Amino acid sequence: MSLIKYESFVREPLVDGTKTYNDVTEDIVYTIEAKPSRLWYIGFYISVALLLFGVYSIYRDVTYGIGQWNLGKTVGWGWDITNFVWWVGIGHAGTLISAILLLFRQGWRTGVNRAAEAMTIFAVMCAGQFPIWHMGRVWMAFFVMPYPNTRGALWPNFNSPLLWDVFAISTYFTVSLLFWYSGLLPDLATIRDRAKTKLRKLFYGVASFGWSGSTKHWQRHESLSLVLAGLSTPLVLSVHTIVSFDFATSVVPGWHTTIFPPYFVAGAVFSGFAMVQTLMLITRRVMNLQDYITLGHIEAMNKVIVLTGSIVGCAYLTELFIAWYGANPYEYDAFFKYRLAGPYGWSYWIMMTCNVVSPQLFWFQKLRRNIGFTFFMSIIVNIGMWFERFVIIVTSIYRDYLPSSWTMYYRPTIFEIGFYLGTFGLFFTCYFLFSKYFPVIAIAEIKHVLKTSGESYKAKMADLENLSVEEFYAKTHHGDHH
Amino acid sequence: MNIKKFVVGCFDDEAVLFPAVKKVRKAGYKIHDVYTPFPVHGLDAALGLRETRLHTAGFIYGLTGTTTALSFISWVLTKDWVQNYGGKPHFSLPAWIPIIFELTVLFSAVGMVLTFCYLCQIAPFVKKHHFHKRATDDLFVMVIECTSKTNLQETEAFLKAAGAIEVNMQVAETGWWIGRYDMDRKLFESKTETITA
Repeated sequence: MSLIKYESFVREPLVDGTKTYNDVTEDIVYTIEAKPSRLWYIGFYISVALLLFGVYSIYRDVTYGIGQWNLGKTVGWGWDITNFVWWVGIGHAGTLISAILLLFRQGWRTGVNRAAEAMTIFAVMCAGQFPIWHMGRVWMAFFVMPYPNTRGALWPNFNSPLLWDVFAISTYFTVSLLFWYSGLLPDLATIRDRAKTKLRKLFYGVASFGWSGSTKHWQRHESLSLVLAGLSTPLVLSVHTIVSFDFATSVVPGWHTTIFPPYFVAGAVFSGFAMVQTLMLITRRVMNLQDYITLGHIEAMNKVIVLTGSIVGCAYLTELFIAWYGANPYEYDAFFKYRLAGPYGWSYWIMMTCNVVSPQLFWFQKLRRNIGFTFFMSIIVNIGMWFERFVIIVTSIYRDYLPSSWTMYYRPTIFEIGFYLGTFGLFFTCYFLFSKYFPVIAIAEIKHVLKTSGESYKAKMADLENLSVEEFYAKTHHGDHH
Repeated sequence: MNIKKFVVGCFDDEAVLFPAVKKVRKAGYKIHDVYTPFPVHGLDAALGLRETRLHTAGFIYGLTGTTTALSFISWVLTKDWVQNYGGKPHFSLPAWIPIIFELTVLFSAVGMVLTFCYLCQIAPFVKKHHFHKRATDDLFVMVIECTSKTNLQETEAFLKAAGAIEVNMQVAETGWWIGRYDMDRKLFESKTETITA
C-alpha cells in the first residue's frame, strides 16, 4: 500500500493555503463559536420580518379563502404554482452536488455540498407551502395521504400526477434530510468535543448522537453515504420529472409536451446552481472561507450553469419547432400567438434573455472566474427561471378553448406576493440559523481530501513529478510487503 | 456495565498510523478500535475488519418498499375501491411506477439510516466514553484492549516506539449510557492518567 497520495497537477487544489487538519477545524468552526456579526443580525431580522409578512398573507388566505389571490377563470394556477415549481427546482442543486457528483467522483463537491444540501432542504420546505395552502381548506390537507378512513374507505387516486407529487416531494424531503444529517454527525461531534460552554456541550452532544469516529462506524458511514447517493441520484431526477408530469399529462396546449421531464430537470439544476452561487459567494466572503470555496469551485459551478442553460435553450427551441411542426392549431396558437406575443409576450422574452442568452457569456473563462459577474448572473438566472415557470403556467392557461372565458389580465394581489416573500423569509431565516449553528462546510470531507488536493500538499509532490517510473515506484511503495 | 482497561496511543499522521497498526497487530496486541477525524481509506482492512453489509440491508428495505407500494395500490384500485377512470384498465401499472419508485427509495433510505444508527449504537442523548477529545479534530487514536496479563508499561513503550505522540492508560466503559454514569467512579468526568515518558 502506498503511503504517498498523489494527484495530478492538472487539477486545481481544492483547499488553498498551508493547512493542517486542526486549521481546517478552526477555520470552519470559528463562526459557530464566535458571536454573530451585526450583518448577520440585520440579515436575520429582515428574513424574520419577511417570514411574518408571509404568515399574515397565509392568515388572510385561510380566513377569507383563496379569493384573496387573483386566481380565477381561466388562470387557476398563477403565482402559487409558479413559486412551487421555482422552489422545487432550486432544491435540486443540493442533491445533485452531493449525490451525482459523489458518484462521478468530483472532488470539488466537498467544499460546497453541505451548504447546498441545507439549501435544498430549505427550498423544498418553501416549495411545499404552495400546494398545501393552495388547497384552500388546508385543515383537510391530510386527505391526500392514503389511510383507512370513514369515507368509504375512499382512497386518493394513485393514477394522478398530483398524488405522485405528494409522494415525490415528501420522499425527496425525507431522503435529503437523512443524507444531510447523517453527513453532519461527525462534524457535530467535532464541535461537541471542542465545546467550552454548557449549552453548546448539551446541544452538540445531543445532536451528534454520541458519534465517536470509530473505524467501523466510518466504514458503515461511507457505505451509507454511497448508497444514499445512489438512491438520491434517480430520486432527484424523478422529482422534477414528476413535477413536470403535473403539466405534461394534461391536455392543455402548451403543457401537453413529452419534452417536459428532461427539460424541467435541466432547468432545475440550472436554477439550483444559480442559487448555490448566490449563497456561496456571500457565505465565503462573510465567513472567510475563500480557501475552501475557491475560484475553482465557482468556475466548476459556472460550467454546470452554462451547460444546463444551453440544454434549457435547446428545449425552448425544440418546443417552438414542434408547436409548428406538429400542425395542431391550438398548440401553434398557444406558443406563437399567446406566448411569444400577446399581453404576456414580455415575460417570454425576459425568460429567453435571462436563461438562454446571458449564460452563454460563461463560455469565457475570465467571466467564469469573475466573482462580481458570477453573482450578478446568479441573480439573473434565478429571475429567468422564475419567469420560465410563469410563462409555462400562466401563458398556457390565460386563453383557453372558450374565448368568452378568457381572463383580461392576471396580476397577483399583495397577499399572493406576500406569500412568495414569506417563503423567502422562511428560506433565509433557516439559512441564517444554519450558517450560525452548523458547519457550513463538511469538515471531515475536507480533511479527507486535504492531503491529496490541498495546495501546500500538492506543492510537495513536485519532486515526485520529475522521477522516473522506477524511482517513483521505489519511493511510493517503500516498505510495502504485500 | 462493561468496564475495561485500555492503553491509548495518539498519532498525528496517518502515514505513521498505518505501519503502527501493522506492528501492533503483529506483536499480538488486541486493537479495540482506532478513532479518526475522517474516514481513512484502507484502515478497516488494515485492522482486519470485514466489509459492512449495510448496503445489502438497504437493498432488502428497498424491495420491501417496492412490494408494499405495488401490492397496496393494486389492492386499492382493483379490489377495494374499483373505479373507472376514463375506461382505462384497473390494473394500470405504468401510472403506478412513480409512487412505487418513491416508496422504494423512501423505505431503503429510512431503513438504512435506522440500521446504521442501530449498528453503531448512536442516537440522541446517548453517551459514550471518548478516549481523546482531539479524535474528532486532528488525532488518530489507537486504543489497545488490556487483559490481566498485559504489561502496561511495555505496551505504552511499544506504542511510543511505533510513533505515538501521546500515550496513556484509561479505564473505560465500552457500552453507551444515558444521563449521568457511575457516580462513584466518576467516569463521566473522564479522568485519564497521562504517562509522560
